[in-house]
Amino acid sequence: MSLRNIAAVVFFTIIAIFLIVGALLTHPFGYPENADMDQYIIDNTQSETGADNGVTSVVFDYRGFDTLGEATVLFTAVAGVIMLFRRLNK
Amino acid sequence: MMGMSKIVKTIASIAFPLSMIYGLYVIAHGHLTPGGGFQGGAIVASACAMILVAFGSVWTMGKIKEKHLSVLESLGALGFIGLAFFGLIYGINIFFNNFLVNQNVIPIFNEIGKGLANINTAGVLPLMNFAVGLKVIAGLFAIVLVMAYATRLSEGK
Amino acid sequence: MIYNIPYIAVVGLILIGLAAVIFKRNLIKIVIGITIIESGVNLFLITLAFRENSTAPIYHGTGSRLMSLPVPHALTLTSIVIGVAVLALMLTLIIHIYRHYKTLDVRKIGGDEE
Repeated sequence: MSLRNIAAVVFFTIIAIFLIVGALLTHPFGYPENADMDQYIIDNTQSETGADNGVTSVVFDYRGFDTLGEATVLFTAVAGVIMLFRRLNK
Repeated sequence: MMGMSKIVKTIASIAFPLSMIYGLYVIAHGHLTPGGGFQGGAIVASACAMILVAFGSVWTMGKIKEKHLSVLESLGALGFIGLAFFGLIYGINIFFNNFLVNQNVIPIFNEIGKGLANINTAGVLPLMNFAVGLKVIAGLFAIVLVMAYATRLSEGK
Repeated sequence: MIYNIPYIAVVGLILIGLAAVIFKRNLIKIVIGITIIESGVNLFLITLAFRENSTAPIYHGTGSRLMSLPVPHALTLTSIVIGVAVLALMLTLIIHIYRHYKTLDVRKIGGDEE
C-alpha cells in the first residue's frame, strides 16, 4: 500500500461522496423548474417552422449555431485521423 | 484485414441496399418522425462498415480512396454553411434564418400549416438534413476505412 | 427521496467509469472507462428533460398532449457526436504508442529517455 494507492483511494472516496450527496439533493424527478423557454418552443413550432418534430426544429432552427460547432468538431476529428495515418512516399 | 467466406460476402451484399434505404428514409423524414441528419448518417455508415468487414480492407481501399470521401465530406459542410449564409439576404440580418418559410417568392418549399405532413413542409430543414447526413456518412466511413487499412498484416508471413 | 432513482443510476455509471480510469493499468481499459463516463453524462442530460405523464415532443396532426422539454434532447445529440470524435482520436494515438513502445502498460511508457 504505497502512498500513490492511498491517495487514489482517498480521492475516489471524496468524489463519490460529493456525487451521491448531489444526486439526492436535486429537484424531484419529473417536475422540472423554469420551463418557460421550452413551453414557448412547444407551442410555436408548427406555426413558425412548419415542422412536426420539435427536436429537429430546435437543433436546426432555434439553436442552429450549436450544430455548426458540432459539425466543425466532427470535421476536425476526421482531418486529424487521416493526417495521422499518412505515409510519405519517398 | 482479409475478407470472410463466400456465405458472409453474399449475405452482406444482400443486406447492404436494404440498410442504406432505411438510413436514407430516416434522413429524409427528419422533420416529421424521430430522426434527422445525425441519426440517419450513423445508420448508413454502419452499413458501409459491414461491407468493409465482409470483403476485407485491401479490396475496399482498391475501390474507394479516402480523398474521394474527404471531397464528399467537404461538400456536405459547404452546403450546410451556404444554407446558413443565405439567411442574411432579404434585408433581415439574422444568421441561420429560415428564409424559405412564410414567403411567396420561391413557391416550392412554402407549405405551412398545422397538421400538413409532407416532405417539403419545413422550409430549409430538409435541405440541412441532407447536407449534415452526407457529412456524417463520409466522415465516419473515412475514419473506419483508414484505421482498418493502416493496421493490416502483410499476407503470407 | 425514493423518486430520485434515475439520478442514482447516473452517479453509478460515472463512478464505475472513474474507477476504471484511476485503478487500471492497460491503456485500452482506460479508454473504455472514459467512454462509460461519457454515457453517464448523456443519460443525465436526458433525465433532466422529463415531465410527469408526458410523451415525446412530436406532433401527429393537430391537438397536443403534455410534452417533455425538447432542448436537452438537442444538447444530448451534440454530446454523443463529440464523444465519437474524441474516441476516434484516442484510438489513433494508442495505435501509434504501441508501434513505438511495443507495450500498452501505462507505467512503462513516457518518462525519462535521456
